[in-house]
Amino acid sequence: MTSETADLVVIGAGPAGLAAACEARELGMSVVVLDEQTAPGGQIYRNIESVTDDRQDVLGPDYVAGQELAAAFRRSGAEHCGGATVWNLTTDGVVDYIADGPKTVSGKYVLLASGAMERPFPIKGWTLPGVMGAGAAQVLLKGAGAVPAGPVTMVGSGPLLYLLAWQYMRAGVRIAVVVDTTPMTNYLRAVPKLPGALAGWPDLSKGLKLLGALRKGGVKVYRDAREVAIEGRDAAQAVTFRHRGGRIELPARLVLLHQGVVPNVQLSMSTGLDHSWDAAQHCWTPVTDEWGRMATSSLYVAGDSRGISGALASAVQGRLAALSIGQQLEKLSDLQTRAAPLRRQLKRYMAIRPFLDTLYCPREIHRVPTDDDVMVCRCEEVTAGQIRGYVKLGCLGPNQTKAFGRCGMGPCQGRFCGVTVTELIAKERKVDCAEVGHYRIRPPIKPILLRDLSAPKDEEP
Amino acid sequence: MATEPYFVIPAKPGSSTVTITFEGRKIVVPAGISVAAALLAGGVGVFRTSIVSAAPRAPFCMMGVCFECLVEIDGISGRQSCMVPVTDGMAIRRQEGSSALDVSEGAKDDV
Ligand code: FES
Repeated sequence: MTSETADLVVIGAGPAGLAAACEARELGMSVVVLDEQTAPGGQIYRNIESVTDDRQDVLGPDYVAGQELAAAFRRSGAEHCGGATVWNLTTDGVVDYIADGPKTVSGKYVLLASGAMERPFPIKGWTLPGVMGAGAAQVLLKGAGAVPAGPVTMVGSGPLLYLLAWQYMRAGVRIAVVVDTTPMTNYLRAVPKLPGALAGWPDLSKGLKLLGALRKGGVKVYRDAREVAIEGRDAAQAVTFRHRGGRIELPARLVLLHQGVVPNVQLSMSTGLDHSWDAAQHCWTPVTDEWGRMATSSLYVAGDSRGISGALASAVQGRLAALSIGQQLEKLSDLQTRAAPLRRQLKRYMAIRPFLDTLYCPREIHRVPTDDDVMVCRCEEVTAGQIRGYVKLGCLGPNQTKAFGRCGMGPCQGRFCGVTVTELIAKERKVDCAEVGHYRIRPPIKPILLRDLSAPKDEEP
Repeated sequence: MATEPYFVIPAKPGSSTVTITFEGRKIVVPAGISVAAALLAGGVGVFRTSIVSAAPRAPFCMMGVCFECLVEIDGISGRQSCMVPVTDGMAIRRQEGSSALDVSEGAKDDV
């Protein structure tokens, strides 16, 4: 076992983690950044250091903007440990991880910046080969330059879906159809939030440009679609949905689903510290103070893993957390003065969120399946109907579903069904999600091989 | 057993490649990409079969969250192919049912 110490250990090398590391280094702290990917960037700036010119063109300026942050991080003197799988974390800052064997690093403080994951889209057929997240397809584009081989069907709602469609158009990919599930009623609800969103005008106008480009490109779009299902026996063959009172069925071999992203809270939850249900975003978020600190622990959270905020806001949150940690470590004495301009920036970047959250709030039927046959826990193959059955038998919350039917006990450890199970049980019991609670997450938070925990070969006699 | 690939990786002249195998079939892919990306572009439609009903599954998230991309790599089962970069000579097999590793240890005493 190798172990080391640092003033600050950052988990996650996306915008929040990278910016926090830079700020902390400027304050003279020793910084170790652990990341599951080999190169910095996170999901949003994935592969940012080695992306080719033509792919930059396809991915667009918001992506390329990450180069500056990655370069600043490399210059910062922070220690970067890529390919690291964190499997245990304590509230006083001890982090166990695997990277070429078992390692431990103790931080006086630890910043969790583990980002977001795509919100599950539990509908009939979503487990079939040929169906994946639009975010997953974007990872393929950024990481491998891979694009759909044939016409692609894009289903759902939200900025990432439209951005990917725009990127595909630039890459010359044929989009068979966009099935837009944004409820028409959301537009009306979002209108009152528009004045507030105007402070974030650049974001807003970018979004409008994307939608305009799709229209100009002649992409067929079905709006206000609902009750989406994917048909096929061993692989996706068709997508069906309700549109203007009728049911439409279209052939589809590759279907990309998306209905927004949710904080990846596996790590923060594993500490046992408080999380609360965000009723507007329909997800769990860690409870923190204004700087991102969880209770009185040594742990801070920044970026999308604290609540969906986007790349630019995430970076600012990372810096603010680093400043607060700097003050705890007596590396600065003028916290408020330094924080003020960052706070103003953060406010500007966050201005658009209430509007986006309202406009792209996914339909309930696409979050909480009414069809009993829909798979909710993909790993252990537990359906919506089975979970409703457990509730009838007295199951009160996610932890108990494990005893009833191994729900949430597969390799993903409830990451992918967590929000669905909470909402489903809450609806069935007619109580708040907060009352239902979430899966208790226990280490190891990533499945690890016993082999990884044994001493590396060269230490054997 | 190869199907029509779901994804293609447009070839870049002069870029380096590695050769991997899936169920013994050779696939030549660009260096530096993930095993999952390589298989998707190499005409692999089914990565694993599910634990209960042995249904066909393939990657869903590509970022280490869903565990749908599990395969056996060089004899070790339960590897997340979306998180592992390809290396030359890598031998990959489909994962049938549950893997050797049991991750539910911590959850057993939850109820
Ligand atoms: S595709 Fe989801 S973990 Fe690999």
